[in-house]
Amino acid sequence: MEGKKIRVLIAKPGLDGHDRGAKVVARALRDAGMEVIYTGLRQTPEQIVETAIQEDVDVIGMSILSGAHTHLFPKAMELLKENNIKDIIVIGGGVIPEEDIPKLKKIGIAEIFTPGTDTRDIIKFIKEKVK
Amino acid sequence: MFDKEEMKKIKQSKKKWENNVVQKTLERFPERKDKFITGSGKEVEHLYTPVNLEESDHNKDLNFPGQYPYTRGVQPTMYRGRFWTMRQYAGFGTAEESNKRYKYLLDQGQTGLSVAFDLPTQIGYDSDNDMSLGEVGKVGVAIDSLKDMEMLFDGIPLDKVSTSMTINAPAPVLLAMYIAVAEKQGVAPKKLKGTIQNDVLKEYIARGTYIFPPVPSMRLITNIFEFCFKEMSLWNTISISGYHIREAGATAVQEVAFTLADGIAYVDAAIKIGLKVDDFAPRLSFFFNAHNDLLEEVAKFRAARRLWAKIMKERFEAKNKKSLMLRFHTQTAGCTLTAQQPDNNITRVTIQALAAVLGGTQSLHTNSRDEALALPAEDSVRIALRTQQVLAYESGVTETVDPLAGSYYVETLTNEIEKKAFEYIEKIDKLGGVTQAIEKGFIQQEIQNSAYQYQKDIEESKRIVVGVNKFKIKEGSPKGLLKVNPEVGRRQVGELKKLKEERDNHKVKENLKLLEKAAKTDANLMPLILNCVKSYATLGEICDVLRSIFGEYKESVKL
Repeated sequence: MEGKKIRVLIAKPGLDGHDRGAKVVARALRDAGMEVIYTGLRQTPEQIVETAIQEDVDVIGMSILSGAHTHLFPKAMELLKENNIKDIIVIGGGVIPEEDIPKLKKIGIAEIFTPGTDTRDIIKFIKEKVK
Repeated sequence: MFDKEEMKKIKQSKKKWENNVVQKTLERFPERKDKFITGSGKEVEHLYTPVNLEESDHNKDLNFPGQYPYTRGVQPTMYRGRFWTMRQYAGFGTAEESNKRYKYLLDQGQTGLSVAFDLPTQIGYDSDNDMSLGEVGKVGVAIDSLKDMEMLFDGIPLDKVSTSMTINAPAPVLLAMYIAVAEKQGVAPKKLKGTIQNDVLKEYIARGTYIFPPVPSMRLITNIFEFCFKEMSLWNTISISGYHIREAGATAVQEVAFTLADGIAYVDAAIKIGLKVDDFAPRLSFFFNAHNDLLEEVAKFRAARRLWAKIMKERFEAKNKKSLMLRFHTQTAGCTLTAQQPDNNITRVTIQALAAVLGGTQSLHTNSRDEALALPAEDSVRIALRTQQVLAYESGVTETVDPLAGSYYVETLTNEIEKKAFEYIEKIDKLGGVTQAIEKGFIQQEIQNSAYQYQKDIEESKRIVVGVNKFKIKEGSPKGLLKVNPEVGRRQVGELKKLKEERDNHKVKENLKLLEKAAKTDANLMPLILNCVKSYATLGEICDVLRSIFGEYKESVKL
């Protein structure tokens, strides 16, 4: 992997405006040597998947604090499947109840990072998964 | 505050003490850390003395409560007269469910209402809009039309309670609905008490629920100022909010600076459309955050009050005493709540609420222990409200006004926060004002830098968060969390369909056309919006008309 930087899309799906976490994670990943694209607010799952394809990313990180993850995360996963994309690792973050996590993992989300997560754990996770 | 001779003596004895006593102690027992910092990163000296206040002047800088520059509070008697308003921000699911929660809170001794709207409502979408999918009723109550608003306040006498509504971009629409509900109860607008947040600038900076670009947004805001001056003299026309700026990562200084800079922009805009400063400024209100660093936070509130009074007097030449008073609501800091060992949050909230009370707040929301996990459950909300009641009735801090005044440390911090915040405001002025500073991304970037620094401090254990990077335990899953009924979205869409069949659609169309026409002129849109809501035009329909004329705001993203 020498020379090629890991490319990450950090996205804010839905109407939620809480972007402190998304921006902090984006910066931490960038400081860890990754190329980070941040979408800004109010992205539809369609826009996120389209950007991910265009930017040829290795990882998509989606952040939601409004509770809409139960709708928007599965929608994004469906769209990836429809586009026959299997090599992008998808992670999620935000205020996500523990009981929702197994369901999200079942549809293919690699990991969910909840409040209090150390950004170094996210960096480590991504580096291990993107080989 | 001390004469020159006395100051000289204090300086000499302090030096002696430092060189002899302190030095010896340090040699044997070094301090815990090389550097001590406040909650927002400012270095703290190991002792504060009168020397720190050498330049201070009692009557000029502090004066008495209820007197310029209001450092010690806006009322002469503060909580000896009346406690702050205990106002818990609440709302979820349907209007019916939220109505039940409000009645519960009022039964528990809460003294004012505070309405949380769901995100589609805050962004001017009806529940059946594609963008609303998955968001209906989630972070607040879903309001599509006057019908929902009637249900929300059913059985709550609007001449008896004061209501705060957290609504910004579509503020005129929700205010109009509130007026219409009150009218149906037989309560005239001039009797209504409460606050509408109506602060779009901080939406661009930190909160994200904007709709229109700055120019038409400022117009809608000042339309409310003008309308309320004529029709609703008891209503707070805006709540200029630092809360969300702080939540996004700002320091205490940045919170004061950016909030007051927003305030300046609103005053400028209102003067520009021909309003007189003393006609609208008395109804401006503010909203701040309360963090864990108790003394820095107390100082922050005091500094904000003093700085705003000076700005209003010197910059805007306001004459009415009420124009100079910074009255504010406080909410404890959501971002300090931890998902780990959530019961510890009760302690954090207590400290934060104490800061707000010692800082002289006019109203207060205390967060619930479970809010890093979900919307608060009823028993968590009760504990949060009880925390305020314990402070009010048991702690004793309410028995005298501004009890921390005169503390060398608190007064020094107050001076420093004011000075640093003023420097930021000067910088923003040089950039051409807040709107320019937002468009250049300056304010957002300052906040992001602070947020990132905060996170790094935690990860490097320079900052300890109990239960997160120290004193960790293995925990089971939290129990008893609130779940929003997943049927809300479907129910709301069904009701909307029914409404559109039942109402006089011809009338709705006519009123929306009139609004469209007026939006193209300089007219005050409040009366037209009021007509629209009364004919049961939906929030989405009204906002769509305005979107078609005003366009939509696009954020400039910089990392």
